[in-house]
Amino acid sequence: MENLMAVGIGTLVACGVFLILRARTFPVILGLTLLSYAVNLFLVSMGRLQGGAPPIVVEGTERYVDPLPQALVLTAIVIGFGMTAFIVVLSLGARFATGSDHVDGLPVLMGDHDSDSADGAVTPPGNQSGVVMNQASSPARDADGAEGEVR
Amino acid sequence: MNGAISHLPVLPVLVPFVSAFICLLLGAETRRAHRVTGIVATLVSLAVSVMLVMQAGSGDMMVYRAGAWPSPFGIMLVVDRLSSLMVLLTDVVALSAVLYAVRGGDSRGRFFHSFLQLQLAGVHGAFLTGDLFNLFVFFEILLIASYCLLMFGGGEGRARAGVHYVVLNLIGSALFLIAVGTLYGVTGALNMAHLSVRIAEMPAMDAAVVRAAGLLLLIVFALKAAVMPLYFWLPNAYANASAPVAALFAIMTKVGVYCILRVCTLMFGPLAGAGADVALPWLLPAAVATSAFGFVGALASRNLRTMIGYLLIASVGTMLAGFGLFSREGIGGALYYLLHSTVTYAALFLIADLVVRQRDDVGDTLVQGAPLHENGRISALFFIGAIASVGLPPLAGFTGKALILGAANFTAGGIWLWTVTLLGSLFAIVSLTRAGIIIFWNTSGTPAPSSTASGYRFMAPAGLVAVLAALVMFAGPISTYADRVADQLLTPGDYVSAVLRATD
Repeated sequence: MENLMAVGIGTLVACGVFLILRARTFPVILGLTLLSYAVNLFLVSMGRLQGGAPPIVVEGTERYVDPLPQALVLTAIVIGFGMTAFIVVLSLGARFATGSDHVDGLPVLMGDHDSDSADGAVTPPGNQSGVVMNQASSPARDADGAEGEVR
Repeated sequence: MNGAISHLPVLPVLVPFVSAFICLLLGAETRRAHRVTGIVATLVSLAVSVMLVMQAGSGDMMVYRAGAWPSPFGIMLVVDRLSSLMVLLTDVVALSAVLYAVRGGDSRGRFFHSFLQLQLAGVHGAFLTGDLFNLFVFFEILLIASYCLLMFGGGEGRARAGVHYVVLNLIGSALFLIAVGTLYGVTGALNMAHLSVRIAEMPAMDAAVVRAAGLLLLIVFALKAAVMPLYFWLPNAYANASAPVAALFAIMTKVGVYCILRVCTLMFGPLAGAGADVALPWLLPAAVATSAFGFVGALASRNLRTMIGYLLIASVGTMLAGFGLFSREGIGGALYYLLHSTVTYAALFLIADLVVRQRDDVGDTLVQGAPLHENGRISALFFIGAIASVGLPPLAGFTGKALILGAANFTAGGIWLWTVTLLGSLFAIVSLTRAGIIIFWNTSGTPAPSSTASGYRFMAPAGLVAVLAALVMFAGPISTYADRVADQLLTPGDYVSAVLRATD
């Protein structure tokens, strides 16, 4: 059971980190969610894994699990849920404010998704500060766009 | 402790928390009532924190056991000299931010004062709590309030900076939970004093796990403190935040610095057995690198608020270098410098906003623009702020830097610290002089017709400058107090026994 748990947490973290490194806000949010799932599982496993054991000790209980990690996980889940809701709203707001779902708010210069270029949210590249500031990250964006086309 | 005074430690958390919800209950349309609530709550917090500093100054620790759970099982608030001093500093900065905001900055959206008070509750809690998981919870409270404050007023720049800031901090929270979980899994404790005892007793077999968790904690706090290489979010975020928010955020990096100091002295100090001196090889090099990159960034900045952000990063590096020495002189000097630099950068962000308001064609971009409406007054404030930021006499930045450099003399990394701090101060002089010349002297045309006199807006930055002056005038008692804070930090046994033996 420990091995299964460890592999599961590791896979979740790997997927989460991969998605967080993407350049669009939606995969980043998914990545954060996966990462927080992994963290929650990790916290539970820190109370030692035991199947079918109650977290409350009453007279005659022989096997029990540590209740504290479960309380911690509950807190972490609630906080993580609130934060996810917040960042979804935030990135929707950023999508409308900057005209792009790129994490750096770059204007979409080349069509990378049909649906996006169709709804006219393309900001003209007249936004000086954005263009100047994000020069360094544009290769990453291009690579991402190219990858999107391959699929 | 007895009677009402024993509930004093919980007030810095309760007062802002309750007033935040009072603002919410008042509804969005009663701006005046919000302002009154905000100012009154901040003044009450300030009064409470002065009382806490006086209580803690004698050297007694106040331990507040929430729900009177027997130690070490419940959540505790612990007031020692360091935490009470940090709470007082927070309230001084917060008062200036509130006073500045009530002159109109809070009317660009709704519930500004609720968010600000929630943030205060989180910051106070983070300084006072004695429980590692509770620290995480207070971090989340102050973070979610800071997200809302950062985005306050909306706009493209804020949206972009906000996404970076939130994503980075969410990753930081995940790392924090992993570190807390690991520590709990190995030691079975969450109370920091209890953890300190358990880590010291840890068999050498588990040392690697404990040290890994300690370093993870260090990474999380370094992200909050904007330490190299985790500072890239800061200049953009602070440059885009509204002025009172940026001023208040001057304290936010100090939360990270405080946590590094607390955790490294209490849980991973030299006596911590398996976890001994986890941060020691990393702290000083990271701090010096932070300073270096901050000063170079300031030199390269194209607008005023980004420049102030980079100088803030450099100052975090300087104070962290002092803490990284782990000596009485180093910690004491760095604490004195921390007080000074926090107030300085809060004042500078407010002054930058006065500049921006009167340069509506070019904002804070460092290009030739129209002269300011009130060139004289604003440039005088900017001049004092610049001197304070660089660390020239007669202001306290000089004393603070001198104390840190003196403590670093003849230590291993001392030569790097001396070089970077002195050369970097020169960089800071050059960049602030350039900014001053461009904004105040290299002007053309007439003041923008729409710009108005600042009036009461002057009060907040001028008040902060007065605090800077007080830091110099009372340099003797304040640095003695800072040294006594260092004494208390370097003998964590007192903290541990005060917490573990706490009863009513």
